[in-house]
Amino acid sequence: MKVQNKSFRLAWVGLAAAALVILVLPPVLPPFYVSLITLALIYGLVATSLDILIGYTMMPSLGHGAYFALGAYTAAIMNTKLAAGFWATLPVSILIAGCFAAVLGLVAMRAAGVYFLMITLAAAMCVWGLVDQWVDFTGGENGMSGITRIGFGLDLNGTLSFHYFTSAFYIVCVGLIYLIIKSPFGRTLVGIRDSASRMQVLGYNVWLHKYMAFIIAAMFAGMGGCLYAYFNKFVGPDDADLAQCMEFFLMVSMGGQGTLIGPNIGAFIIVFLKNLASIYTDRWVMILAAIYILAARFAPKGILGLPEQLREKKKAEAGK
Amino acid sequence: MDFWINQSFNAISYAGLLFLLGGGMTLIFGVMKIVNIAHGGFYLIGGYTGYFIASTTGNFYLGIVGACVGCALVGMIFERWLLRELSGQMLRQMLMTMGITLLIQDIIVIISGGYSYTLEPPEWCMDVLEIGGYYFYVLRILMIAAAVAVYILLWFVMEKTKVGAMIRATVDNKDVAQTVGINVQLVSMGIFCLGAFLAAFAGVIGSAFTEISPGMDFEVLPLAFVVVILGGMGSLKGAAVGALIVGFIDNFARAIFPELAYFSLFFPMVVILSIKPTGLFGREWL
Amino acid sequence: MNGKNMNNGQNALFCQKLTKAFGGLEAVKDVDFRVTHGERRAIIGPNGAGKTTFFSLINGQHPVTSGSIELLGQDVTKLPAHKRAALGLGRTFQITNLFPTQTVIDNLVISAMGLMGTKFSMLKPLSSYRPLYSKAEEALKSVGLLERDSVLIKNLSYGEQRQVEIAMALISRPKVLLLDEPTAGLSPAESHMMSEIIKGLDPSITILIIEHDMDVALSVADYITVLHEGRVFMEGSADEVRGNTRVQEIYFGEE
Repeated sequence: MKVQNKSFRLAWVGLAAAALVILVLPPVLPPFYVSLITLALIYGLVATSLDILIGYTMMPSLGHGAYFALGAYTAAIMNTKLAAGFWATLPVSILIAGCFAAVLGLVAMRAAGVYFLMITLAAAMCVWGLVDQWVDFTGGENGMSGITRIGFGLDLNGTLSFHYFTSAFYIVCVGLIYLIIKSPFGRTLVGIRDSASRMQVLGYNVWLHKYMAFIIAAMFAGMGGCLYAYFNKFVGPDDADLAQCMEFFLMVSMGGQGTLIGPNIGAFIIVFLKNLASIYTDRWVMILAAIYILAARFAPKGILGLPEQLREKKKAEAGK
Repeated sequence: MDFWINQSFNAISYAGLLFLLGGGMTLIFGVMKIVNIAHGGFYLIGGYTGYFIASTTGNFYLGIVGACVGCALVGMIFERWLLRELSGQMLRQMLMTMGITLLIQDIIVIISGGYSYTLEPPEWCMDVLEIGGYYFYVLRILMIAAAVAVYILLWFVMEKTKVGAMIRATVDNKDVAQTVGINVQLVSMGIFCLGAFLAAFAGVIGSAFTEISPGMDFEVLPLAFVVVILGGMGSLKGAAVGALIVGFIDNFARAIFPELAYFSLFFPMVVILSIKPTGLFGREWL
Repeated sequence: MNGKNMNNGQNALFCQKLTKAFGGLEAVKDVDFRVTHGERRAIIGPNGAGKTTFFSLINGQHPVTSGSIELLGQDVTKLPAHKRAALGLGRTFQITNLFPTQTVIDNLVISAMGLMGTKFSMLKPLSSYRPLYSKAEEALKSVGLLERDSVLIKNLSYGEQRQVEIAMALISRPKVLLLDEPTAGLSPAESHMMSEIIKGLDPSITILIIEHDMDVALSVADYITVLHEGRVFMEGSADEVRGNTRVQEIYFGEE
């Protein structure tokens, strides 16, 4: 009971801190930091949607970068070539990411474990190949620039106004993901994760539930991609490459999979470290490498799992 | 007609390179069940080390040997100090190999200054051989020969020797292998070194064939993935067949629709996996 | 086959020439099997006789190699497991197979939801579905575990986990219930309690029970099928099976 109260209090403190950073501080922060927070929110949304797969369904998909890129490129192409506004590009981005997942899922879900990992990664690489080389359509290596923030129904050209728009969007989407996880459907996914054979016997179409989760997660990632295109006003093949795919994975894994909050913490840490470190040193890649290695070596349950890990270690030592 | 014969020859020689890359990856997967993202990194190490050794000593062959042996040693260090502890934990291993890849990438950027290089092979490799009115580059013929030799050697070791029997037992079932007295850790380390060795070999040849640049690791990696997935993870024969398929598709796609080069790999993968989820020669119960 | 000449309409389960091969190994061979509505049938046999595989064929977790299965008068040979569950087939597992990180009550709620459209709804928390919870509480009451409702499964005793297992199989009111060694690993007292629970189940439910403990099997079932090396070795009443010396050999001889 005591532990529960404590974690309850901790949750409120965390929520208050998040509200402070996302909603209260931006007007007094320099624009550079505000835009970092905006970016962290967008990546956080994508990482949270990936957590549906990694943490709650045990489908470690590496294809998430592909949905993100598809969403971003769809928005970029529609915006620059058709002068389409946000509310027109958003549903198309979501739809394209969802359709790609629907096709990929049919194939990838025939496999499991390492096979699943590798097939989703190969699919993501193929999307990268597409955007990298289809010069006429995607700008190839040069990417696509000149994306304008039109069709929002609001003037969002300022850093701060776009930040608040993104925040609202983020809160709604992450809230929706939270609701999905707590809903009968989400609890079903956890049941499948823990014991798929049992779920079948109880009358659940295990495949269908996983397939739906796969597509839903992709749609949120596509949404994140769309928002990213408007945020960055530029998309390039780097937004679709292996490093980007792995970075989403790292955010989830480093923050703590199966927690929903963890991936957001991971996204904030990566975004801030990456952008601040690259001001002071050229060796940002080395720092990122160290984060990967340390996270893999020492934090199997991520940052949010560290207290539990320490408790278990203490218990094990006391047992000796 | 000329187009088809020339392109087919190019495809087969390219497949040779892909086999060197994918063969090592598939063996590592078979024994260790790792998605080895660092394989592209080993290719980079091979290419750059080969170039630097060959250009400072002036000896191409020394470059090949130095690059392969050096990379195998690097692989050994990574396996021993970073990967072994995580044995059996798929996601952590994958994050670790990603970290290793970035580490390799950045160290190479520091040392090379981020420039791309082309390794000059000995003159006789640059010759052209005429067979039946068609001209073939000796270097490309050598690529095919090297891949065939490696395949035969690996096949012989795996099927006919005691070491091969131990490796196959480890692929089949690690726990059983351990209980019959096979040193699984040693086998894993050996296979990881072998994979690094072969990837470095591919890197040296690749740097002579085109060039070696810091982004190459992520460029060859998807090709290696598709080779291994198509052929079936853990199968040497599969890697050979997969390399041929990818070699042909990639080569012709680049010639015919250059925009869709990588993407065109996606479809054969989808087709084969929907018929056989474990790839052409993959095992059912991995 | 079993001497009772029933017409098809009264079969709860009817298998013909059922065969399952794993690679070259035939785990179940040419099994003809018939159970009538409301019957209590025990399936016994030494380890490796193919009993659990047989259950997995019936409930669709393994596809059959050849042969056919009819459940409640309907051919289900090609039907996936979840659709057979929807027809009224329940099952428990030999190795406890629950959701360890969730509470007892949530395990039951998830079980209750299996055959309801609710399982696809996404926009309301599960905890707001009160009728599901009262149904789950009722089921817990029937196995005497109501006061343990908010304990995590992994913190229950083994015997309690077995009871939850039964409650989960019963909650969606199956017409045919497969029990795979419900007393495995239990103490004699727990084992006795479990057979009382099974005996007390609604008599209209057709029950197939795999049981290693001959006494439990004979006390809950009126008719017994002996499997040996994947084949039906014999079928008969408790006394007939007890009196058969060859059954004694294959079954008791191994211990």
